[in-house]
Amino acid sequence: MRSPHRNALIGLTALALLAAGCSSGSSTSASGTTNWATVTSASAGGGMSALVAAAKKEGTLNVIALPPTWANYGAIISTFEKKYGIKVNSANPDGTSQQEVNAIKQENGTAAAPDVVDVGQAVALANTALFTPYKVATWSSIPAAQRDPSGLWYEDYGGYMAIGYSSKFGTITSLSDLLSSKFKGAVALNGDPTSANAGLNGVMLANLLSGGTPSDISKGVDWFHKLKQAGNFNPVSATGATIKAGTTPVVFNWDYLNLPSYVGVSNWKVFVPPGVPLGGYYTQAINKSAPHPAAARLWEEFLYSQATDGGQNLWLVGGARPVEQPAMTSNGTINSAAAAKLPPVSGTPVFLSQQQATAAANYLSANWQSAIG
Amino acid sequence: MAVAATTEAGARPGRPGRRLSAPAWVGTVPFFAYVGIFLLLPTGIVLYNAFQNPTGGFSLSGLKALGNPEIRGFFWGSIELCLVSSLTGAVFGAILAYAVASGNPDGVVRRLYLAVSGVLAQFGGVTLAFAFLVLIGPVGLLTHASWYLDFPWGIAVIYAYFQIPLMVLVFMPAMDGLKVQWREASENLGASAWQYWRHVGGPLLAPAFLGAALLLFANALSAFATIEAWENQIAYVVPQQISTVLNSEVGLANVNEADVLALGMIIMVAIVMTGYALLQRRAARWLR
Repeated sequence: MRSPHRNALIGLTALALLAAGCSSGSSTSASGTTNWATVTSASAGGGMSALVAAAKKEGTLNVIALPPTWANYGAIISTFEKKYGIKVNSANPDGTSQQEVNAIKQENGTAAAPDVVDVGQAVALANTALFTPYKVATWSSIPAAQRDPSGLWYEDYGGYMAIGYSSKFGTITSLSDLLSSKFKGAVALNGDPTSANAGLNGVMLANLLSGGTPSDISKGVDWFHKLKQAGNFNPVSATGATIKAGTTPVVFNWDYLNLPSYVGVSNWKVFVPPGVPLGGYYTQAINKSAPHPAAARLWEEFLYSQATDGGQNLWLVGGARPVEQPAMTSNGTINSAAAAKLPPVSGTPVFLSQQQATAAANYLSANWQSAIG
Repeated sequence: MAVAATTEAGARPGRPGRRLSAPAWVGTVPFFAYVGIFLLLPTGIVLYNAFQNPTGGFSLSGLKALGNPEIRGFFWGSIELCLVSSLTGAVFGAILAYAVASGNPDGVVRRLYLAVSGVLAQFGGVTLAFAFLVLIGPVGLLTHASWYLDFPWGIAVIYAYFQIPLMVLVFMPAMDGLKVQWREASENLGASAWQYWRHVGGPLLAPAFLGAALLLFANALSAFATIEAWENQIAYVVPQQISTVLNSEVGLANVNEADVLALGMIIMVAIVMTGYALLQRRAARWLR
């Protein structure tokens, strides 16, 4: 997605930074300061102010695959930069979770390697060997089921699968509406379900609404087969641009990526089907050989801060549900105006376990082709 | 590639020479360095990795994976698309080349067609897919064409947009080599138009036509961005599946499989390009 020239430029910059880092590195270790690369909490490293000072000294943070319009990341990055005076290098903003861990492996040891990643659950669990444990100050506010006990990974924000659609179709009240002829060539997923997490969950949503279980996605694949036979399936991957252009007028996607404010189209509606809301959270982790270990840890502290301009509330403003939302609702730090704008969800939420997600991926790998092809 | 197709015809004996101060091979260094870094090295890495198991030891399990029915499906998809696209491109491109070649060799029409072909042969990728999408896609400006989404015909129509101009470019030298005198001679001997094409023109053009069709086949094989933008939620062809196994975030990522798929493509290209070289040699016999 990036031009080779820019890559070369980044490579050169990285080399220059590496050279600069090497020359200054020896002096800091000689003066006996904390080695932030192995510190597992801010207090263990000498407190927040020591962390901020060390991060400012590093001066740079490498992030990857964070689209500026996704869950308010544009504002989150600029707030962090302003607050701490640390430059954020945002690589490959439209990349996938797998490309994030590929970058950790391929750029390992260079100053351009990602310091932190924001990945889907399956990718996080498959790559814990690349991460280093760290517990943010608000660790106890993260529900126990949504974090690794040792701190290798911790879920950050999430949402529910929703059907976004152009209001020219009237109001959608059930999944079967989408099989009617007025939706010819209209219904799209956000990516190939054998590749993109949002795509897989789109099929899973149809599965749950058609009476399927989280462990068996076959009814969802059958439903998309029916959709295809009805001529209503739209194979173009939905993005903000295709929605604006009207190419993908109905989209299965996470609710925070399906809001009119995110999509930028005023006549856009969001429908979270009642009964079986299907939730999904993304996961934060720190690269164990992060080139900027203190900045990486400060970034996590910032993302999990419950302050008005902290990461949790900024995600909420972007329509995503921060992982500490329940704790923040009870302690009163939540931005209640932003919380009130979230699409309503009714019923007991379903979250796929690792086994369920793997079973779904394997079933899709073997059957999606023949159902849609 | 279009250049390679024409240079043989234009080869001239070298000038009897002054002595060069540097050895003659020095001039080839940039070319071989470029080919080495951007073609041979990546090919070598793919070959090396394709024969490794996930833990790094030597293994033939990758090759066995090529026999797996799911993986074979992607190769059939690729072959199907390349055949349809190269044959339609070759037939229509050859007709167009014939029409242009039989016109005034210095005329505006010829220059216009060749210039436009040179541009359109390079027009592909997301831009091309989006142009069709906006025009005849699911909510196209012109119409919603449902055939447009059929595989392989829908995508073959889009590929035709760059395949036909490429065919014009690579087939033109052969058309130009068809001497008017041969036609006149056969007419003087009483041959009909059909007999001329059956016994003279057809056999002369066949190697060049098949060679050009193979080039179009290879061209369609490697096209990725166009089909990915056109049909993103399902993988039909090998390059799409390579992208899936490199990028899958739902747990299906498998770098070894990507290397094996790439190995399969290298084998296909090797077969196709060997055929191309043989046919090209045969075609060049009378093109001088």
